[in-house]
Amino acid sequence: MNAKLKILYNGIIAENPAFVLLLGMCPTLGTTGSAMNGMSMGLATMGVLICSNVVISMIKNFVPAKVHIPAYIVVIATFVSVLQLVMQAYLPALYATLGIFIPLIVVNCILLGRAESFASRHNVFDSFLDGIGIGLGFTVALTILGAMREFLGTGCIFGAQIYPETYGSLLFVLAPGAFIALGLLIALFTKIRTKNA
Amino acid sequence: MKSSLVNMVLSLGTVTIVAAALLAGVYSVTEEPIEAAKLSKQVEAVKAVTPAFDNDPVSEAVELTPSGESVALKVFPARKEGKLVGAAIESYSSAGFSGDIRLIYGFDAEGNITGFAVMEHAETPGLGAKMDEWFRSPEGHRNVIGLNPATSNLTVSKDGGDVDAITAATITSRAFLDALNRAHDVFAQLSAQQ
Amino acid sequence: MIEYISIIITAIFVNNIVFAQFLGICPFLGVSRKLSSATGMGAAVAFVMVLATAVTWLLQDLVLTPFGLGFMQTIVFILVIAALVQMLEIILKKIAPVLYSALGVFLPLITTNCAVLGVAIEVTRKGYNLGESIVYAFAIAVGFTMAISIFAGIREQLALTSVPKAMRGVPIALICAGLLAMAFMGFSGIKIG
Repeated sequence: MNAKLKILYNGIIAENPAFVLLLGMCPTLGTTGSAMNGMSMGLATMGVLICSNVVISMIKNFVPAKVHIPAYIVVIATFVSVLQLVMQAYLPALYATLGIFIPLIVVNCILLGRAESFASRHNVFDSFLDGIGIGLGFTVALTILGAMREFLGTGCIFGAQIYPETYGSLLFVLAPGAFIALGLLIALFTKIRTKNA
Repeated sequence: MKSSLVNMVLSLGTVTIVAAALLAGVYSVTEEPIEAAKLSKQVEAVKAVTPAFDNDPVSEAVELTPSGESVALKVFPARKEGKLVGAAIESYSSAGFSGDIRLIYGFDAEGNITGFAVMEHAETPGLGAKMDEWFRSPEGHRNVIGLNPATSNLTVSKDGGDVDAITAATITSRAFLDALNRAHDVFAQLSAQQ
Repeated sequence: MIEYISIIITAIFVNNIVFAQFLGICPFLGVSRKLSSATGMGAAVAFVMVLATAVTWLLQDLVLTPFGLGFMQTIVFILVIAALVQMLEIILKKIAPVLYSALGVFLPLITTNCAVLGVAIEVTRKGYNLGESIVYAFAIAVGFTMAISIFAGIREQLALTSVPKAMRGVPIALICAGLLAMAFMGFSGIKIG
């Protein structure tokens, strides 16, 4: 496979952050009450990840080894703050829905993890691709989980009614459903991956 | 790169300064839209719940405290040609299932309810939309629009009142009516002042 | 007094940080294979959370709010927490080696524990005063310790159970966590004062 494509494939399937690496579990559980919310959270994280990956890969040679973690944290936190401001200004309703999970992108292990294990060792373009791959993987995972919970809980997907709401099990929209749905999805993902391997 | 005190301080310093400058820049650009976005939600809600007006209720907003309580509510008076035609009142209740619920209620000059909008709640997901639908629905004794808290007993029928509670959400319904009565108390003060 | 009791009960049971707020999930899943390490993690989180909340609250109140720098909150808080954890590690190593040997291994993991930053931001959003913030942070940490200890106890049993292949490890653990969260939902609606 083409090396560049491989980076993308790696992020979406082989090292899917939510289903395989089990990183970023807090937003994965906390913001997936609906497909729309899950997708928005995924895209927000992806935006920050791409920016931080690119910048970190640019500055990696200027930052001394001993202080690289604080420097990376500053870079990530800056992009998160920018995202917060932009969302408050132009997408206030979404900002209110995702709530505390937006500032908490800062401590999402995916970001610092990719900075350490990928962006600080690869060139800018590859880091950009890695950001897209991992970011897409995360977005896809959150969207699937959100869609599953929304479908089972309220009978909708992306707000479109598939079957009457009364037959839905509200449990899946509530907290316990998040854990159970994620557990089932990870099991399914493991099953598919081991079969292919 | 090898670490020395000089290059550590220098590189961290540069990163921080660039970051702060970028943030300050973005902040100055987004400051106005953020204010506008905050206001527009209120403006929309006020417009939706009150009778037609020609003044600017948001800039004329006053704070009034419900009798016997300590937390003041925000009151948006709606006037037409200088005369009070109604008001929107941002009220709350702590009687909900989890956390406070906040709503804006509208009244006309006589104190009849003209509308309401759910602003914030932490009840079971979906209950916000349910409240919005239920208390306007013509079925049974659900509708509160057009009623006057001064003449009707706006509590749930379970408590001897005139309003049907949302199925399987009596507590939330109580909170809704609690906030409504709190808003009306303040409205009565407002119209007494005029 | 009654407000404090209300904050404590709500933070431990009703709004449990793990089961209702979905924060601190990484250590909750990562350090819950053995009961002993779970309680150790809980204690370390309690220590850092109370300290970090107090420091960030003061920063917010004395620096960020008066100078209109609220938009710097995220970046300032995370740096303060990271520095605090580092300092704590050095100080504990010097003056309290016993405590350090008990909590030391967990400390580096705490910087990226979103529960610490989450609680620090949460108290500023809720508008708590300093006393309430500290009580809230401590109660949240108690809730976290309780959640992770119960969960570790279950996982120790789970390790001896035969589970379908694809469900082994994290998936079955997550489903157990879901059942626990369901049990905790029974606390919602409790009100004091």
